[in-house]
Amino acid sequence: MVPAMTSIITVSNLSKRYASGFQALRNIDLDIRQGEIFALLGPNGAGKTTLISTICGIVRPSEGTVTVGGHDIATDYRAARGMIGLVPQELTTDSFESVWATVTFSRGLFGKPPDPGLVTQILKDLSLFDKKDAKIMTLSGGMKRRVMIAKALSHEPRVLFLDEPTAGVDVELRRDMWQLVGRLRARGATIILTTHYIEEAEEMADRVGVISKGEIILVEEKAALMAKLGKKQLTIDLQNRIDAVPESLAPFHLGLAEGGGALVYTYDTQAEGTGITVLLQALADAGLRLKDLHTRQSSLEEIFVNLVSDR
Amino acid sequence: MNLHAMKAIYLFEMARTWRTLWQSIVSPVISTSLYFVVFGAAIGSRMQEIDGIAYGAFIVPGLIMLSLLTQSISNASFGIYFPRFTGTIYEVLSAPISTFEIVAGYVGAAATKSVILGLIILATAALFVPLRIEHPLWMLAFLVLTAVTFSLFGFIIGIWAEGFEQLQFIPMLVVTPLTFLGGSFYSIDMLPPLWRTISLFNPVVYLVSGFRWSFFGTADVHIGVSVAMTLVFLGLCLAGIAWIFRTGYRLKA
Repeated sequence: MVPAMTSIITVSNLSKRYASGFQALRNIDLDIRQGEIFALLGPNGAGKTTLISTICGIVRPSEGTVTVGGHDIATDYRAARGMIGLVPQELTTDSFESVWATVTFSRGLFGKPPDPGLVTQILKDLSLFDKKDAKIMTLSGGMKRRVMIAKALSHEPRVLFLDEPTAGVDVELRRDMWQLVGRLRARGATIILTTHYIEEAEEMADRVGVISKGEIILVEEKAALMAKLGKKQLTIDLQNRIDAVPESLAPFHLGLAEGGGALVYTYDTQAEGTGITVLLQALADAGLRLKDLHTRQSSLEEIFVNLVSDR
Repeated sequence: MNLHAMKAIYLFEMARTWRTLWQSIVSPVISTSLYFVVFGAAIGSRMQEIDGIAYGAFIVPGLIMLSLLTQSISNASFGIYFPRFTGTIYEVLSAPISTFEIVAGYVGAAATKSVILGLIILATAALFVPLRIEHPLWMLAFLVLTAVTFSLFGFIIGIWAEGFEQLQFIPMLVVTPLTFLGGSFYSIDMLPPLWRTISLFNPVVYLVSGFRWSFFGTADVHIGVSVAMTLVFLGLCLAGIAWIFRTGYRLKA
């Protein structure tokens, strides 16, 4: 995994203040590693799209620098932008053009000679080939989303930005999209995505960054993040319902669930000891009979909500 | 130099032209024919010759200029305004392409369309009146130079406009009146001295005068002045575009 540690995008001290005075980004430092899938999470208005747009050259930074593959986005913009494919959040397409024409246009725009074979392959990968001569305005929303991905891939970018790729997309397209992301990564592409569907980040991403109010508040390996911040819950189903948690169990801060039929114990996997053995002993001492036990790890979503609300 | 990108934008814009070719050509051809019926046949038959040129032929360069100016502005302004309006401009802004290449693609296509249109109107006019063109190369040079200059101007309007109404505003309220008052249908020598002087502040006078000179060898102002004024306006438009891209005006936040 040596190449995975090489940075492909380096953002240093990046700030963006809009003309309105709104500070969208504050001193962002971020490294994206070559070949990784990086999920950028954050509530609406946190600065996700501004950050992506700045790296792609659509928004001018107020301060700081960005390099892509070692090329500065301001002084060496041709080389930097040539490496990037962008699928923006909004469905913006040339309504009157055919799918084929718009994808061919994108390839040319990024300075690549025409390659009908490659365009054919991209359209087939995205199940768009049947629609290649259709005018874009006749396509469904999901199909338009595919067209935008095809456009972004048309110049064989090494870095792909997907801004909310699965917002308002049906299950089938979402599955296709993740398969595509998997294939691209297997070919060595780096993928940066923003999403509201945290389970997707949880499933796909290698690393997760959380942005809130224009600041990166955390960047972590997904697994490490889950382990570090993950709380586990032990649910104990009881043989007989109880009205209240017995006094002797007060130190464990148990919650009563399922109308008194279950007890919930929350513990930290990173702590010295989980306290489970002691708890079980205490339960037996209190005369409670157990029917079943199960544990659950908190999801990235819960972690994320906690992180953002803590600030 | 990203030649593929320039070509992609140019061909994309020209594809739009071919797609709307029917509207693009029919409407100016019909309006030109109407001008001939009204000015050439109805009024022209009662008008004396101007500088030894039949009135019907005299108005041809002005009519072509009128279409050239309005079409160049509307083609180029629409060409850049539409992607701003739909949002597809993101792709051009994020592409590895310079200001010059973007402008060359959009303005080149808009100017090409105007020149084609100008030549079609010239051909239509030739059906109505006998025409002679004394300096064909100068005629083509004026045609291309004016098309490019006013396409650049249209490009600026397309970036400035924040609605479709504003897109129409300059062509309808500024360019058309200036063209009508700029000697398209008369020689400014026919005006009283005061109005003649005022007319000299109208830039379109120089365009029409130079263009008419390339046809008939006579002009209201010296041909050198016409060329110089056209180049000055071209320079102003280029400076405006350079400023737009340096500051990101209405393109980049």
